[in-house]
Amino acid sequence: MPVLARTGNEAMAEAMRQINPDVVAAYPITPATEVVMIFSKFVADGLVDTEFVAVESEHSAMSACVGAASAGCRVMTGTSSQGLQLMSEILPIASALRQPIVLCEVNRALSGPINIHCDHSDTMAVRDFGWLQIFSENAQEAYDSVLQMIKIVEDDKVRLPGMVTTDGFIISHCMEKIETLEDAEVKKYLGEHKKINSTLDLEKPITLGSLDLQDYYFEHRMPMAQAMIDSKEVILKIGREFGQKYGRSYGLMEKYQLDDAEVAIVAMGSTCGTARVVIDELREKGIKAGMLKLRVFRPFPAAEVAEALAGVKSIAVLDRSDSLNSQGGPLYTEVRSALYDAKTKPVLSNYIYGLGGREINLEDLKQIFTQQKSNQSGKIVYFGVRE
Amino acid sequence: MATLKELATREEPLTGGHRACAGCGAPIIVKQVLMASKDPVVVVSATGCLEVVTTIFPYTAWKVPFLHNAFENSAATCSGVEAAYKSLKRQGKVKTDHINFVAFGGDGGTYDIGFQSLSGAMERGHDMLYVCYNNEAYMNTGIQRSSATPKGAATTTAPAGKVIPGKLQFPKNLTEIMVAHDLPYVAQSAVGFWRDLTLKAEKAFSKRGPKFINVLQPCRLGWDYKPEDTCNLGRLAADTCVWPLYEVENGKYTLTYTPKTKKPVVEFLKVQGRFRHLFKPGNEAILESIQKEVDRRWEALQKKCG
Repeated sequence: MPVLARTGNEAMAEAMRQINPDVVAAYPITPATEVVMIFSKFVADGLVDTEFVAVESEHSAMSACVGAASAGCRVMTGTSSQGLQLMSEILPIASALRQPIVLCEVNRALSGPINIHCDHSDTMAVRDFGWLQIFSENAQEAYDSVLQMIKIVEDDKVRLPGMVTTDGFIISHCMEKIETLEDAEVKKYLGEHKKINSTLDLEKPITLGSLDLQDYYFEHRMPMAQAMIDSKEVILKIGREFGQKYGRSYGLMEKYQLDDAEVAIVAMGSTCGTARVVIDELREKGIKAGMLKLRVFRPFPAAEVAEALAGVKSIAVLDRSDSLNSQGGPLYTEVRSALYDAKTKPVLSNYIYGLGGREINLEDLKQIFTQQKSNQSGKIVYFGVRE
Repeated sequence: MATLKELATREEPLTGGHRACAGCGAPIIVKQVLMASKDPVVVVSATGCLEVVTTIFPYTAWKVPFLHNAFENSAATCSGVEAAYKSLKRQGKVKTDHINFVAFGGDGGTYDIGFQSLSGAMERGHDMLYVCYNNEAYMNTGIQRSSATPKGAATTTAPAGKVIPGKLQFPKNLTEIMVAHDLPYVAQSAVGFWRDLTLKAEKAFSKRGPKFINVLQPCRLGWDYKPEDTCNLGRLAADTCVWPLYEVENGKYTLTYTPKTKKPVVEFLKVQGRFRHLFKPGNEAILESIQKEVDRRWEALQKKCG
């Protein structure tokens, strides 16, 4: 397997090159997102067969993606922050029309104030639009997950679009060593894209995007909900098979020193890497610290989360975004809901941290581990914000 | 061009039995445009009357592939379908020699909210035809004003009140804006001129690259007239030079219809309920200003046509 030094953006673009999508429509500007810029060089150099549509906005990017996918193409795009928000009108249309589009998303803060640095508020804002969402801890995971996501969304049981995210700058712009697959292997792994009900089928013309009123709308939403439920098994199967083939297995989540942990955090993305170091240090001091790293946020694996956290006395859920709902961040409310039926209730608190790229370091995480036990359950901490 | 007899033998891409209002001009436009195509067509439509009346699930009036995505993005969506075709064809995965990709949008979805999407798709040079069925307001959603609404017209968001007499602004000249995109073919036509529109659609389909046709579509609901007068209203718009019929082929302007005698604008206005208030005493200046602007635009166009 080729070992390369790549930034998160380069890793995702490399995956895109190997996937060789039929169409990529993108507007990598709001804010500037390298993934598509790197990919467009691959197009210019003739390294892919892709028809690259450099549209005039992210709204048109997602619109063109829906058009291209409806024709029966394998379609990808990339964006972040405001760009994802500008797409957001079309994101639920893409999922409702059951178009398996894959989006490389770089998690960056939402305006305003205008910021551009890492947090999860952009991805979280579109969490209920029928898109699968996978978070990456590093560039390797981003690369592997983009490849897997193509297979996941194209599975007959799923047929929903999906996004793979990296953390802005922390992963997207930092160089890491990644192991990649050979081009031919990726081609073999993914196989041919299966066309279903193409708008280019002239023999059997379809009408797609009908007006769906009170008598049918609900019946068309229900299979989407079912597909989201069913996607969990597909993600697990594909993550497992990837491990068997290429040595790196993936699940819905990863437990780090969690089985006997008394104090734990739940986190997503790059922070998990920092947390591993902190947990090791704490363990050396005899503190039973652990982590539940959530990889898949949509579908939300509630039962698995509850099972993984069973018996942990104190849990801090780390949210790199805020719902501004007076009830805590999105990850926290999901985890809290997942633990509703737990036999023993932990001390559960929420740490909203790192908004707008505010650094989270070893000392910060150490503090969260040591401080959380004395919290009243349900406490929401805006961590590190100045008075 | 195809004769009327020939056209009559072609299969209709849009069946009857859809739910458009009696006297609706939109299906007339769709049929005349699509039946002018010798090659297979794939249709994309913006949200609006056309999409709503033809696709109520589980029914469809479309006999050709049809895709609706959202309100403001029929051009971008169509550009995606066209890009898909190009990609699949290049890879040998699609055999069809040529497909005419046609995007439809009302004036709201074209002049206003879909303007950026349209401009972008045209600039990128996709091989597609965009047809605006311009009924001069947001008819599907309840007759709200758009930037295509003429001055003086009463709409639900620019109503004729005690102080404000309907819409205050003249309509945006979208056709000229599309000409400024330097497209191979731009044209203006109207319901009531089947030969003119069919010919223009044929011309558009004969060219590769982005094309744009702006078709005036009298709307019996929003314009407030009798359903049987739709074609008459279209003809009156051309005869008063409120809506001149012309084309711009690779930058060259041609008038495709010159009225025998240019009728006064009031002939067009007085038969429509949306202008009724303009004929009350005190509004003479508005009528005058409309006539003046129509004359100015007509003269400017004539100069361009040489």
